[in-house]
Amino acid sequence: MSAAAAPIRAKRVLPGFSLSLGTTLLYVALVILIPVVALVLKGAEIGPARFWAIVTAPRTLAALRVTLTAAAAATVFNAFYGLLMAWVLTRYDFPGKRILDALMDIPFALPTAVAGISLTALYSANGWFGAPLTGAGIELVYTLGGVILAMTFTSIPFVVRAIQPVLEDLDPALEQAAMTLGARPFAIFRRVVLPAILPAWLAGSTVAFARSLGEFGAVVFIAGNLPFKTEIAALLAFIRLEEYDYQGAAAIALVLLLIALILLALSNLIQFRAARHLEAR
Amino acid sequence: MSIVIEHMTKSFDGTAVLRGIDLTIESGELVALLGPSGSGKTTLLKIIAGLEWPNSGGLVVHGADWLHLAAQDRRIGFVFQHYALFPHMSVRDNIAFGLTVRPRAQRPGKAVIAAKVDRLLEFLQIAHLGDRYPAQLSGGQRQRVALGRALAIEPTVLLLDEPFGALDAAVRRDLRAWLREVHDETGSTTIFVTHDQEEAFELADRVVVMGEGRIEQIGNADQIHDHPASPFVARFMGATIELPVTLQAGRAEAPGLDSSRLPRRALPDGPATLFLRPADVTPLADPAGRWQITHRTSNGALLRLDLTDGTSRFGIDLPRRAPEAQGLVPGARVNLRPEAGTIFPGPRTLPPQAAATEFPRKEKSL
Repeated sequence: MSAAAAPIRAKRVLPGFSLSLGTTLLYVALVILIPVVALVLKGAEIGPARFWAIVTAPRTLAALRVTLTAAAAATVFNAFYGLLMAWVLTRYDFPGKRILDALMDIPFALPTAVAGISLTALYSANGWFGAPLTGAGIELVYTLGGVILAMTFTSIPFVVRAIQPVLEDLDPALEQAAMTLGARPFAIFRRVVLPAILPAWLAGSTVAFARSLGEFGAVVFIAGNLPFKTEIAALLAFIRLEEYDYQGAAAIALVLLLIALILLALSNLIQFRAARHLEAR
Repeated sequence: MSIVIEHMTKSFDGTAVLRGIDLTIESGELVALLGPSGSGKTTLLKIIAGLEWPNSGGLVVHGADWLHLAAQDRRIGFVFQHYALFPHMSVRDNIAFGLTVRPRAQRPGKAVIAAKVDRLLEFLQIAHLGDRYPAQLSGGQRQRVALGRALAIEPTVLLLDEPFGALDAAVRRDLRAWLREVHDETGSTTIFVTHDQEEAFELADRVVVMGEGRIEQIGNADQIHDHPASPFVARFMGATIELPVTLQAGRAEAPGLDSSRLPRRALPDGPATLFLRPADVTPLADPAGRWQITHRTSNGALLRLDLTDGTSRFGIDLPRRAPEAQGLVPGARVNLRPEAGTIFPGPRTLPPQAAATEFPRKEKSL
């Protein structure tokens, strides 16, 4: 009885829990949460009617359409090309594999403006790729194709890096088992490999899409930024800001934020659903 | 469905894994490939399955040359050590996989497949688990599902790679008896790989002992236990005591050794090595004996005595209540009377790990 007078405090194994958690929360609040909240509050000031008017203005709608179309096209392209890339990087051994693997991170590391400038130089009418393409009647710079190209470049690593670890962890015995049961290579891929990597693939593609929506630096150089044609939403928000139209900028930014949040939630939902049956084997 | 393997060799990156395997397995037989890790037993099994390809040799199953058949066309049931169940499929879908994956023309109807899966679930005693996912099953249940999946295609040959290796002892014994029943009821030709002697001898009609990419001996438990064909098999079967002896008129002689219980062997006179199991040796207390007891431990039923003659040391086992056990305390001296043992000609000058190089049929030891 008397021994229970002083409550027993369980000791944590790792020290510094309060300090590290506190620092982390402070950081999250300052760097991520407060700007987002400020944006939402700024948007709330506008009022629903004005907000709706800004968002449904023809130029805004056109910019959103360009952004979504280009991001969707870039994502579809990256979904397949990223899958192929991850497959090659995990399934085959070849000289230079490690270099190729490292190159995959360049879009992460490279300042996007640099990417935009070099893409523009390469694909402009007298660039290395642009000259033959123009000869063939394909123009990329200052067109929607250019926007797609820039978005593709900056978002490819998201897909590759999402699939790669899952593919690496895939037990080769699964495919061997399918083989002994009579499955042909395509059936093995479709029924054994694909279901295993599908959640990561979808999640990676979703994040790539979200990233493409917000891509700014790479796009503005190659897009030409013609209103109603190649002007993306992020740029329009920037233009509104330059015009001291803070409400207009905030409204467009809010729409982008909303789409990004929905996509992130979707990505997490996909991962969560997939994890239900797949705890440690 | 007889399986004929001829002169099969296989190497990985220049390391020989199979060094010429000749083996015939009769239809309906249950055969164990027994050996330590690295003996090539799993590689041999995978070659039969079509998951590995040999460098040379022949593999003829029921008259058909299987080396020209892809794994998909061999119709084998393969059971993996770690089950390799498809994690995103329910137990039913796992078992049905081999049927649902067939080309449309050969695929049975949905109802036929469902009925077959039901029968298999019943037969494997996992009827209540049909709708679960592999992650929700215990190891033993998973291995039953894996076997069900393999059996669903009515395989010509059933191949199991260390099927019970990842399970605990009680489940292992349980599944062992059950596998024997499955084999007897399906009448399939079954080959399984194991490094567990008890498992091999209890389950198999014939045991193939492999070491270093070669077949060391083929036989049943008694044959291999009493008459190991090579020093490798003798060691693998638990003969941990190796005594240098001199053969004279077929009898092994060495100081302090009473060989009266060993039968005479038709071997030429000269140096030889006597292989003994720790339990096949009776210590005879003798104040002038060759060996001195250094340690004595008991597990209640058995005593283990560690002996040394100054140059080598080994342990022997005897029942704690045996009359000979009286007075055997550390420091006492004994002579030894082997009750059973195996003699291989040739001196033994190196410790067992390296000694193998001297014996014929062995290039190096594990």
